[in-house]
Formats: sequence, structure tokens, C-alpha cells
Amino acid sequence: MELLLKGGLVLDPSQDLEERRDLLIIDGRLAALVAPGTLPPEGRQVVDLTGLLVCPGLIDMHTHLREPGQEYKETIATGSQAAAAGGFTAVACMPNTLPVNDSATVTRYILEKAAQAQGVRVYPVAAISQGSEGAILAEYGDQKEAGAVALSDDGKPVANSQLMRRALEYARTFDLPVISHSEDLSLTSNGVMHEGLVSLQLGLKGIPAAAEEVAVFRDIELARLTGARLHIAHVSTAGSVQIIRRAKSQGIKVTAETAPHYFSLTHEAVRGFNTNAKMSPPLRTEADVAAIKAGLADGTLDCIATDHAPHSVLEKEVEFDRAANGVIGLETALGLSLALVQEGILTLAQLITKLSANPARILGVPGGTLQVGAPADITVIDLQRPWIVDVQQFKSKSRNSPFHGRNLTGRAAMTLVDGKILYRDNENFSR
Amino acid sequence: MQTTGAKATSFRRKDLLGLAELSREEIQAILDTAVSFKEISTRSIKKVPTLRGKTVITLFYEPSTRTRTSFEIAAKRLSADTVNLAIAASSAVKGETLIDTAKNLEAMRPDIIIIRHSFSGAPHLLAQRLHCSVVNAGDGLHEHPTQGLLDLLTVWEAKGRLHDLKVAIVGDIAHSRVARSNIHGFRTMGSQVIVAGPQTMLPPYLPDLGVEVSYSLPEAVRGADVIMMLRLQLERQGQMFFPTLREYSRFFGLNQGHLALARPEALVMHPGPLNRGVEIAPEVADGLQSVILQQVTNGVAVRMAVLYLLSGGEQSGAAA
Repeated sequence: MELLLKGGLVLDPSQDLEERRDLLIIDGRLAALVAPGTLPPEGRQVVDLTGLLVCPGLIDMHTHLREPGQEYKETIATGSQAAAAGGFTAVACMPNTLPVNDSATVTRYILEKAAQAQGVRVYPVAAISQGSEGAILAEYGDQKEAGAVALSDDGKPVANSQLMRRALEYARTFDLPVISHSEDLSLTSNGVMHEGLVSLQLGLKGIPAAAEEVAVFRDIELARLTGARLHIAHVSTAGSVQIIRRAKSQGIKVTAETAPHYFSLTHEAVRGFNTNAKMSPPLRTEADVAAIKAGLADGTLDCIATDHAPHSVLEKEVEFDRAANGVIGLETALGLSLALVQEGILTLAQLITKLSANPARILGVPGGTLQVGAPADITVIDLQRPWIVDVQQFKSKSRNSPFHGRNLTGRAAMTLVDGKILYRDNENFSR
Repeated sequence: MQTTGAKATSFRRKDLLGLAELSREEIQAILDTAVSFKEISTRSIKKVPTLRGKTVITLFYEPSTRTRTSFEIAAKRLSADTVNLAIAASSAVKGETLIDTAKNLEAMRPDIIIIRHSFSGAPHLLAQRLHCSVVNAGDGLHEHPTQGLLDLLTVWEAKGRLHDLKVAIVGDIAHSRVARSNIHGFRTMGSQVIVAGPQTMLPPYLPDLGVEVSYSLPEAVRGADVIMMLRLQLERQGQMFFPTLREYSRFFGLNQGHLALARPEALVMHPGPLNRGVEIAPEVADGLQSVILQQVTNGVAVRMAVLYLLSGGEQSGAAA
């Protein structure tokens, strides 16, 4: 079967392309990218994308799929559906499952479940240490062979600096990037939100920005020492942006991501003891939000990743101190990120690069391009479409979003993986 | 003391969760009502029928004798029926969630639930989900509004005003819900607040609440009209907040000498229970300027006022 996507505006920063083109997909690959109307429709399935934007498939390099072990929050199948509905064609899933993904067996299990789900591409991230307990290295060689694309003890930062050094060295042996959840837990102590005026007023224990920044600084110095590839996850503070910017200017192999909530919300969102605004790292101040935006604009922050962290009401409808950290993000990330374009902070091409080509490059996975011959992983976006976030409409199993009720402009209209349409928005394709 | 003429009708809320959200008029309305209730406690038959038929539940997830007893006496003097539930935090961790407990209680149709909890925001969680009134009897580090109100009443009675006073609050501000409620209360009523303690116990951003910050007890009490000493939680010793009780009491314990720096008629206050010889010298706690026991007496009056107003202030004359 041949699929012809016609009439759309194609934006592919990897080939410096931004013009109307028709795309022909044969056997799951891009077979042609040609001027509109050039290819005859006969004998082909035709989808009219007039008025829509066609981009390389979006890749979320930071997702929690919760399977194995916490299937009541999310499964690989539901997470995959949520990803497709949000415009993502691939996700990298963090290893803090039950059991922790610290062995090839778990990686294979995840890949098997993903294959059964027949959804978006799933790239397992393997644990840095056994059980993510921060004591003994896990088996990176085995994990890479099984299909893991990166290493992280996300959610349980590596406290021991020597272990982090060895992890970076051992990871370099297998050419795997190390994704750092940068947090000094002794400074976090029992903090539950950003330390600032809001935490003071609410009587909630604060987490200073320094808890993140000292850890970012440590890991960057260890990357300098070891020459390994370091990626800083979920950057939330102005100080971290500054430290990363300086490291990059010195040629250290460091990349970084932030999440949409860190440029869309501040700690003010916690008022009323809103547990859906509780996450790690915590929502910060206006000044931090401004610095995150500046870091995205000047390239200090390479990627936007969701840190999609599903939790049920069991973890969220409780006292704030007891509530779990995390917010879901797969189905709001694109809409929130497009606001950066609407505000003039990023060009559309820059945004798409941060959501596709950059994560592909950092993880060393295919994607991020619409070159002829590449797998047909494609995201079609309706840039003009106004919509209101409604958690009840989400494909994710969980509802823990602080963005419920927010007005956004622009969302995924269609998501294709290997040329197969995984998602289409009925508003755009009602015929 | 001059009443402002603010009527009980100025306070119309379902819940009392904190002083931060109350206006000057609302606070004044509660204090006016409390004054009118004080007399009841001096009668030989200390009971009026005002809240007859109302049910008040106290739900305490943290140990407390004074606050719980004070609420219970307040409810009983207004003829409400009271039920006390003390829930060990450990059993709550194992078992039922806070929301489930509260919903079960609400199913028995109480009018008011009074809650104390070690986590900030727990009363708010209930207030959002329950139809009955919720009173915060202390939540985590957040607020203790009836303590703030009884402190305001005590100062108002002694000084005849709540504006243009200098109030020094001394001790572990970071971990004190009493401090937060008093900061909001005194600031809203138009007084100046200075907080003092070692920097480990003074969280950043205090100046953004409109208070002055000092690391010196003598500096804080100089010219003060009110000196409020906070209880030092002894278990903080060895937790990186201060090295020893000895040094704490040497630099931040109130003694007779400090009183000479304050205004001549300055009040000495303490929310209790006292650590005699730690944050306050015994002779100061028992001295002429101490109003610590008046605070306790006023606690009952303020809580009667709060229960009455939350019940709708149905009877026209407050004291019935």
C-alpha cells in the first residue's frame, strides 16, 4: 500500500526545508518528497493535509510508562496511545519501574510489550546502578545489546560522586549517554516544593534551587573528567542554565532538556496545596522561567522532554507532603511548546528540532528527519487549532495534569509511525 | 478597650483555615464576638444554649492537650455536642486516607470538624471536599489561626489597640505555624512585626511577608510592645539547626535583662507548652508582664466565637 500525504506545509529543519510538498510513503518509508500535485493519486491512499504542518515525528526522550509494575498508573500500551495523541512517534522510557530496569531481561520485556502494543517506538533507558540504589554499576553492555539507548537513575539521583564517575566511564565504553537527574538529596532534605515566598506562606518545606545546581555542576565536572556524554534531565533553574551554558562554551560534551511545565508554570501553581503541581524538580520562579526560555532560545537547552509521570488519585488526592512527585505531559507538551513560538521565543524550526532531531541525535536513534529513505515517522500539526485541555479526554490512564482547563493553540492532527497512521484528530479529518 | 462596631456579620465563611486570607474586618468581627463571649466563662453556670443541637468533631492527628481541650470547652459552653478523635499518625499511614476518614465522619452529619494535622494543607484538603465547616487547629508549618486570634485578643485587651504596635516574634520561625498566623494577623491589623532567631530558623523571603528580620534577640525586643517567644522543639537539637540547648538559650532565651530594652509595659507571650529555662526564663514566664495564662483563657473565648460564627451566627445577640 502506498500512502500519499498531499498539500501540507513540510517543515524539516534537518534539510532546511519549509515549503509545501507532497510525501509518498511506500512500505513504511519515505519514498518521495515532491512539489504539490506532482504525484498522481490513482492506486494510492490519499490524505489531504492542506493547511496543516508536516514535521519529522516528535521524540520524547523522557517518559515514565510505569510498566512493569505499576500498570494501574499507565501501561506501555496506554502510554503509547497518549504519546501518539500528543504527536509523539517515539518515547524513551525511564527505568524506575517495578522492578527497576537494571537488566536486559526488563529491557526485552518492555520492547516485547511495545511491539505488542503496535504503537509509537519505545526506547528503554537502563538504570545506572543496580536497583537504582546508587551502589553497584548495572550491566551496560548487556543492556545496550538488548536495546537500551541511554542510562539513568532518574528519580533516584546518584548521590555517590565516585559511582557517577565510574558510571560515566563505563557508559563511554559502550557509547551510551548518561542522563542525570541532578539533585543533591541532602539539600532537598524533606522539601516538597521550591523554596521561596510561596513555600514560606504555605508552610511547605522548600527545595532550594541550589539542590539542583550543585548536582548539575558536579556531573558536568565529571563529564569533563571522563569525556563521557552527559545529558542533564529536566532543567528547572536559572543557575543550571548558566552552568550548562558555560560548560558547553568550554567544549564539554553535555546536552540538556527541560520540560514544558518549567516554562509554563511557576511555584505559584502550588497555592491551594495543588498536588498536581508537585514534581521533582519543583516548579520554580518567574526568573527561572525566563532563564529556561532564554536557554531554549540560545541553544543551551537542546530538547523539550515531557517527564510524563503518571500517578493515580491514590498518590495525588492526599496531603501535599504525602503526594507523589510528577505530572503527565505527553498530551499537552506540543500545545504548551507551541506557545514558545507564538511568544516569539523560538522559531517553529527551532522548536521542532528540540522535539525531534536533537533527542534523536542524543539518544542515537533514527528519526528527526523527513529525508527520502528514512522511516516514515511523521507528525502533522494543526498550528491554528484552539483547544482547552481536558484531562478526561486523555488517552493516558492518569489525570495528574496541572494544565486542566488551560487554553492552548495548536495540537497534533495526525501521527504516523512507519507510515502507519496511529492517531488522527477527528476535528481535522471528519470526512 | 474600644470596640470598633464591626458586627459578627463581617465574618461569613464556611471554614476557618488561616489568617492570611482574612481581612481586617473579619478578624475584628471574630475578636468582637470573642469579647462578648468572655463573660460566659465567668458565670457560675458556664453554658449558653447558642449551639444546642450542633455537633462538633475534633480530629487530631497530632498530640495536643491544650488546643483540643480549649476547643472542646468552647463547644460545650455553647451547648454543642462534641466528639473527640485522636488518631495516631502511624495508624493513619497504614490505614484509611484522610479524605476517607473525613467523609466517613461527615456521613454522621456533624456541623463542624476541627482538625489538627502534621501536614500543611490537610484542613484545606478537607474543606474542599466536605460540606460541613472545617476549622484548622494547626496544620504542619502552615497556620494555627485560632492561636493567632487568641494572641490578637490578648494584646487588644492589654493595649487597647492592634495597630501601630511593635511585635517581636522570637525563635524557630521556620517550623512555626504560630509565627505564620501571628505575622499575618498583626500585619493585617496594622502593626509592625520583627522576627528574630538564628538564620537556620529564619527561612528566606521573610521580608517579602512584610516583616523585619533580626539575628539578635536584644535588637528585636528593643522598643517592643509585645514579645512573643516561640516554643523550641527540643528534637531540633542535633538536626543542624542549632548546636546545643545551652547556646540557644544563651543567645535566644528571654530573660529579665531583655525586658529593660522593651517598652515599659511590654507584654510577654508564649503559645505554650513552655520550655522553662530554654526559650524563656522562669521569672519572666511568671513575671508581671507575662500574659501567658490570659492567652489560654482567651483561647476559649476566641474558639467560642469561631464556632459560633461558622455556625452562621444565627442568634442576634452574640452572647445570647
